[in-house]
Amino acid sequence: MSDGLHPPPHYNRPLLATPFQARARARSQVDQFVAWAGYTTVDVYTTVEQEYFAIRNACSVYDLTPMVKYRITGLDAERYLNRLVTRDVSRLKPGRVAYAVWCNDDGHLIDDGTLFRLGASEFMLCTAERQLDWLLDSAIGFDVDVAEITTTIAALSLQGPTSCAVLKAAGLSGVENLRPFCIGRFSLDGKEITVSRTGFTGDLGYELWMAPGNAEAVWDSLMVAGRTRGIRPIGSQALDMARIEAGFIMPNIDFVSAEATVRIGRARSPWELGLDWLVDLTKGHFNGRRALLAERKRGVARRLVGLDIEGNKPAEKALLYADKRCKREIGAVSSALWSPTCKRNLALAMLDTPHFATGSEVFAEIYLCRELEWERRVARAVVVSKPFFAPERRKVTPAWDR
Amino acid sequence: MSDRYQAIVIGAGHNGLSCAAYLARAGKRVLVLEAASRVGGAAVTREFAPGFSISACAHLLHQMPRTIVNELGLASHGLKFAAERMATILLSENGDNVRLPAQAGGVLSASDVASYSAFMVRMRRFAAHLRPMLDATPPRLGSGAWEDSAALLRLAWCIRSLGRTDMRELLRIFGMNVYDLAAEHFEAPALRAAIAFDALLGTNAGPRTPGTVLTLLYRLATEHGAAPAGMSQPVGGLGAVSDALATVARAAGAEIRTGVRVARVHIRNDRAAGVLLEDGTIIEGGHIISNADPRTSFFGLLGTEYLDTGFVRRVDHFRQSGQAAKVHLALSSPPMFRNLHPDGLRERLLIAPSLDYLENAYNASKYGEYSDAPAIEIVVPSASDSALAPPGLHVVSAIVQYAPYAHKAGWHTVRGAFLERVIDTIEAYAPGLRQSILHSELLTPADIETEFGISGGQWHHGDLAFDQFFMVRPVPGAAQYETPVANFFLCGAGAHPGGGVMAVAGRNAALQVLKKAA
Repeated sequence: MSDGLHPPPHYNRPLLATPFQARARARSQVDQFVAWAGYTTVDVYTTVEQEYFAIRNACSVYDLTPMVKYRITGLDAERYLNRLVTRDVSRLKPGRVAYAVWCNDDGHLIDDGTLFRLGASEFMLCTAERQLDWLLDSAIGFDVDVAEITTTIAALSLQGPTSCAVLKAAGLSGVENLRPFCIGRFSLDGKEITVSRTGFTGDLGYELWMAPGNAEAVWDSLMVAGRTRGIRPIGSQALDMARIEAGFIMPNIDFVSAEATVRIGRARSPWELGLDWLVDLTKGHFNGRRALLAERKRGVARRLVGLDIEGNKPAEKALLYADKRCKREIGAVSSALWSPTCKRNLALAMLDTPHFATGSEVFAEIYLCRELEWERRVARAVVVSKPFFAPERRKVTPAWDR
Repeated sequence: MSDRYQAIVIGAGHNGLSCAAYLARAGKRVLVLEAASRVGGAAVTREFAPGFSISACAHLLHQMPRTIVNELGLASHGLKFAAERMATILLSENGDNVRLPAQAGGVLSASDVASYSAFMVRMRRFAAHLRPMLDATPPRLGSGAWEDSAALLRLAWCIRSLGRTDMRELLRIFGMNVYDLAAEHFEAPALRAAIAFDALLGTNAGPRTPGTVLTLLYRLATEHGAAPAGMSQPVGGLGAVSDALATVARAAGAEIRTGVRVARVHIRNDRAAGVLLEDGTIIEGGHIISNADPRTSFFGLLGTEYLDTGFVRRVDHFRQSGQAAKVHLALSSPPMFRNLHPDGLRERLLIAPSLDYLENAYNASKYGEYSDAPAIEIVVPSASDSALAPPGLHVVSAIVQYAPYAHKAGWHTVRGAFLERVIDTIEAYAPGLRQSILHSELLTPADIETEFGISGGQWHHGDLAFDQFFMVRPVPGAAQYETPVANFFLCGAGAHPGGGVMAVAGRNAALQVLKKAA
């Protein structure tokens, strides 16, 4: 209860508001919010379809603030991160960003995230889940300082074919020359912002990092600049469609963090998740390396792959079989959608060996609820390569700016 | 044959030396590197005042297995004893001293004498059944390997073969505290305390701490099959044990260099491939075996960058803070304990009048303070070995509990006061002691850390406790002498079966190295 003078006790308002909250509430038409990493965030503003098409055909704006951020500094920062993540951080130059994953001792994935190299010994690590205890225990024996800075930075993701044009219209001259996975510093109406050409959509797009005090002003400037370029704030649901098309995996959807699994055999390695390209076995020791070597020697038991499924009914959570009669179970779908852009029925699925080979035919058992009547369909599916959608514009530099 | 060393042992403590001796006798080319100017580690004799020598850390030998003494032929390599089968005497301020093993006609009641005898028979039977576990590499859980399953079956059989009554009793007391166990069996406060004292020596525990029956069983198991039987004092102090081990190792072809400090283990292609000395020299070797404690081995010698975070976290959580201090006294005359025959100075003397005395002594250390009324184990080595002191003069060695590794006020501010407390405490049992003191020396756990290179100053290289024993000692992933880094092994007291001068960890580690190298 609030008496109007004192704020209500914190336990009655357990979720934080991002600095964009007032703007987001003003734009929300359906009042559909979700909790994300301790914040209230928008799930849907208007309709999912409208927001999805803003990503693929115009410019979407997504509030990225709840993304957990760590600042990692110190003489050993590079050495520390190289031991933490599976890829070679020494090859990441200042001003560049890398997608990275990190494993526990058993070579099982704890989380994925983006690693920003801001200087020779200054990094920012953005993660989906909170990781401070793992990051601090990993710091034993290293001259490094790890601090969580989530609340000190507000972040927006601008994604879509007109995102560069919007930024230029907002006054970020030269932003079109920013290459994928590069970081630039710009001024927007006198407000300093950091821009990285990164995103979770597989499309042309940027992420904007700023002081929380500048958040609303930046939002307003972008909305004005983007008015004629189809700018539209989007919620998490539309983003989830785009990330499946881009073939990106989500923690707790496509894999469970190794430190959070309870049952034996539920944690997943980078080999199993199809992240081989992120693992550098030649760079020296890193967490899980010995286990990953051993697993590769044994042979990888299962693998996360892309599926192209017949029909147009999304195969959400479908079990997968080797035969049409559904006798031999060989895996399950973790993410699925009918892709409006690809015009294909797509899924990310974990399949046992040897069924994960590209071109393999499997069968998905799909249940449809039609006005409370259940229908069961067995749909033929083929293992295909990812990403499903990868337009040239995502990497062309100078970027499209009209 | 290549010049390359097949094994390099870092540290010439009794375990490092026994490991080197067994490897050399198996035909391996072995190098032992010791940072100190002499071999021995914590089994060492040194002068602490002109003309006065003392066993600077461990001061009694009671856990060296006959198998090792015989296999290595330590007796023919210089190991002799000045005192054997030493009795334990519980000192009393009024002179009602209790001598153990208990005999009729002394201070104890007839029922206590009978209980003591029955109790020790049963406990020694338990110890004898557990003993085989100490002499082998512990099994791994969940490995699926045949040898691990066999070892677990052997353990189950060791316990089952006690028979129904004794097995039940063992399982009943296994997790108990020694306070309750001692109070169950005996009437005399001194006898109760004597039993508890043995459970607590060298641990971070008081009599009411759960798991202290386990530490008592552990001690008795380590004493089972020891040679010579019972407490003994080597001629020349504990350093003579190390010297004999070194002589055996050298005779078998091992090379031992003292005054050489290893900075890091040299890693190549994710395997230990040698050692980097402080002067920058790299010495190549096939197997690198650390006699150092787990924290020093993994964080200092190896470096966390070669280890996974989960493993590092376990090592970091391994408790290895010492709670025992050493006090050395040089005396102008033998100490005169009340009602103690001069021959009694050749025995092991305890100041631990009651269970509550011990519990109160422990309480202080929980809060970062030393015990105002400490529990003390006293030996007068010069009473049996006159060469340790100038003619007619004496040395006293005392282990004092409890003295926490990190005193909350900092040891530099309180060490003088603590030494006075210890002397006052002994003086209460031996009037006139203070006037006879020519020199004194206090080693707090922090000093033990500095002098012996044991991180935390814990002479077992890590607490003896349920979660740090046997197949999880020091931590899962390093409990079979092997470590996550190929060719890097542990052979010190931080490994199974722990500390106490027994050289078993070194022997077990050597056998494991030989098995891997085969």
